[in-house]
Order: sequence, then C-alpha cells, then structure tokens
Amino acid sequence: MVDSRHSALVRVTHWVTALCFLALLVSGAEIVTSHPRFYWGETGNDLTPTLFKLHIPASRKLVPTGYGYVLPDQNGWSRYLHFQAAWVVVFTGLLYAIFGFLTGHFRKNLLPGRADLSWRALSTSIVGHLRFQRPGAAEAWSYNVLQRLSYLFVIFVLFPLVIWTGLAMSPAFVSAFPATVNVLGGQQSARTLHFFVSLALVLFLLVHVGMVWFAGFWSLMQAMITGRAATTSAGRTMERT
Amino acid sequence: MSELSPGNLSRRKLITTGLAAMAGVAGLGVAARLAQKYGLIPPDHGGIYGLGETLTYASQGLLTRHSLAREFSRSQISKPPFANEIEPPTDEFKRLQAGKFAYWRLSVNGMVVRPASFSIDQLKSYPSHSQITMLQCEEGWSYIAEWIGVPLSQILQAVEVLPQARYVVYFSIEPDTWESIDMADALHPQTLLTYGMNGDELPVGHGGPLRLRVPRQVGYKNVKFLTHITVTDNLKTFGKGLGGASPEFGYAWYAGI
Repeated sequence: MVDSRHSALVRVTHWVTALCFLALLVSGAEIVTSHPRFYWGETGNDLTPTLFKLHIPASRKLVPTGYGYVLPDQNGWSRYLHFQAAWVVVFTGLLYAIFGFLTGHFRKNLLPGRADLSWRALSTSIVGHLRFQRPGAAEAWSYNVLQRLSYLFVIFVLFPLVIWTGLAMSPAFVSAFPATVNVLGGQQSARTLHFFVSLALVLFLLVHVGMVWFAGFWSLMQAMITGRAATTSAGRTMERT
Repeated sequence: MSELSPGNLSRRKLITTGLAAMAGVAGLGVAARLAQKYGLIPPDHGGIYGLGETLTYASQGLLTRHSLAREFSRSQISKPPFANEIEPPTDEFKRLQAGKFAYWRLSVNGMVVRPASFSIDQLKSYPSHSQITMLQCEEGWSYIAEWIGVPLSQILQAVEVLPQARYVVYFSIEPDTWESIDMADALHPQTLLTYGMNGDELPVGHGGPLRLRVPRQVGYKNVKFLTHITVTDNLKTFGKGLGGASPEFGYAWYAGI
C-alpha cells in the first residue's frame, strides 16, 4: 500500500476552506464597495476623518468617492454568502484542528524541528527561496521550515484573528461579549483590522499558489486532490512502500 | 485494498453504520423540533443561504437572550451625528410636519387585546428612557447618539399582546418601508420607540418624529417615521411574506451581524 502524501481529511478540509475563502473574498470585497472608507476607534462615517480610503467607486450615493457613478447595491447576497461561507469555514477549521491535534498532524507535519529553527538553517532556507532554488526530493514528502512556519501562522494566527475581528463587528455578538470589541479599540477598529487580516490572507494565498506553481503545479495538485505523492523534477515517483 | 471494499464489509460494520446514521437523522430531527420550539428558526431558513442564516439566528438568539447592546459615555456621542439619505417626504408627511407632528399617530393592532393609537404626546406621557448606543449600518459606517423614548415593551404591555404572538411588524409613513422583529427583540429593554435624540426632539433626518431603535441589529431594522405596528404569529400574510422591505430587496431578515 502506498502512503498518502496528504490524509483524506487534510485534502477535504483544504479544498472546502479554499472554496469558502474564495466566497468570503468576493463577497467581502463587494461589501467594502458600499463604504470604502476605514476608521480607527468606535465610530466612523462620511462626516468623520478617515484612517485611509480606497480609491474605488462605491455602491452608495452618499459616499464621496470622486467617481461620477454609483455601483449597484449587491450587499444582500454578499452578506448572506459571507456569513454562510464563514460558518462553513469555522466548522471545517474546527474539524481540522481537532483532527490535527488528535492525530499529531500539527506536531509531525507542521511543527518545525529544533534544528530547523536555528538562524543558520532559517537563513539557508530563506536564501534558497530568494534564489528560486527548486525543492529537493525530500520536499515531496515533507514541508520545509518556511512552509511550516507560514502554515502555522495562517492556521493559528490569521484565521482566528479574522474570525474574531469579524464577530467584533456584530452588534448582537458584542452585546453578549463586549470585551471582544473593546480590547480591539472599538467597532471601526475591528472593521479596519478585519480588512488588514484579510489582506494578509490574500497575500498568503498569492504566495502559496505561486510557490505551488513554481514547485510543480500538476504534481502538487495531484497530491492535494488524490493524496498520491508528487513526482520529483526528475520524474521519479516518490513512493515509500 | 481499502477496508471499506464490499468483500470486507462485515455484518457488524453494516449494523453499526446503520445505527449511527439513524441516530444522526433522529438527532437532526430532535434538534429541528427543539429549534422550532425555542424560536431559533428565522423566516428565511429556506433557500441556498438558509443554513448560514439559521445558524446565525439560532446561535445569536441563544447567546444574546439577556444581553444588552453596549452603552457609551456622553463624551462618545458623535458630533454631528451622521444622517443617512432619506426619500423626499410625501405630502402627508409635509402636512403632519406643518402641524408640528401634533396629529402624528402610531396605531397598534393585530394579536392584541386592546388595539390602540398613540400621539407623540401620549407616548411621552410614559416614563421616558434614554440610551447612548451605536447605530451601525450594514454598509460599514456608524455613529453614537443618545436616544430618548419609550420601550416598545411598555406599549405592547399597554395593548396586551396575546400569548401566541411571535413577531412585531412595523411600518413607516414612507411607502413600502417596513420591517419585523421577533418577540424576544420586541420585548428587549433597549428596543425603543424613539422620539428624542441628544437631549432634543428626534430630527426628521434621523426619522423624527418617531423611529424604532433596535440597537442589537444593524441600521435597516431601525425604521424611520413609524406610524403603524401589527403583532402577528405569521409573517407570510405581509407583503411577499418575507417579513420586511429589506428582505424583499434581498437582505437577510435577521440583522444582528
């Protein structure tokens, strides 16, 4: 029997999350067009100074954008889709996290080894990435240290933060848990942070897809879809039977 | 070979899988019945977004049953408060405005023992409540103001709501402007029939002379120029049956998020 590169649960949760993220990104970007202004603190509106503005047209007449036209109001389905995809990604993430702790997935596959965390090892890996060195054969079966650190950061920092800052915008949720918005500095601060954490996730997505492309798009896609090991650049199938 | 191939599928495995599936279906059935009983199913639970909507409404309903919207200090009041766009006033509104809203009426009927109609002065004869809460729009902007009025629960008490009532539907003088909330929100202490703002009358730009404040939900549930309230157990009999003008425009009925 051939070992699987990625367990079935990792593969399924990966693709469900990818689909949800796409839905959240499209609907989130659409919602932003109804008020492409950002603030810090509790409140913010057309009469108050902004922290920054996005120079895009808006889907509301009152927002001063400098554009002579108004986009159609699409917030109905956007909000529905945003919250539905958020629910699915939260349940998927919980399933993945429970599985990851129970099976040792985080410890075995994502936690970097002590030796990998030395400055020398880290700088070697960073320099290798910057020189666009192709991954060695070992990386068909294991993640390198920068991959491990960025995946852990996305799973345990960015995803929890984006959920938290999202909930901190809900007037009903914060009525039950006011501290979730108060410690962020207010509801508009939560909205601004939600925007920046989302940007960080988009940046991760771009680098992630770029690296997959660089390292061998079809073989890595095969590994994440079917679970079968990626072939190396030499074309040998890495099997550990 | 995988252990789930038909050759290996033992009788025991079949039985346990079958029992687990049955327990799962029964569990879902029980959950659905309990959710119905405790009012955790929103009117828009059907359709492709029904799953997310039901999860949001049910979880927030359970979490916020006794919670109060955040209140702020007087120094946090937004100066000046931002007034969103309003439709040009109707002739009827202009006539009432010319009379300083002395003839403005809020009628309350439906599943109540004593249907009634209230002038603004009559509403002011009830003990007034004030709250400094945030109004946040689903678009993303917000402001904080002091809102003064009488809790909707007091008026509902005065007309005596029948026990089978489930929703309160409320209408603006503006055509096709109406929304609805469940009884939990209608009886919530911060749900306010608002006639004053920041120590003064409620300005027309903010929905004066009368606006319903529902501070645990976003802006579109806070209907301006309130003239009529109906208590019901069935939203299907109003408009297209979706429970409000915003839902008919494609927005979610529940707006706590």
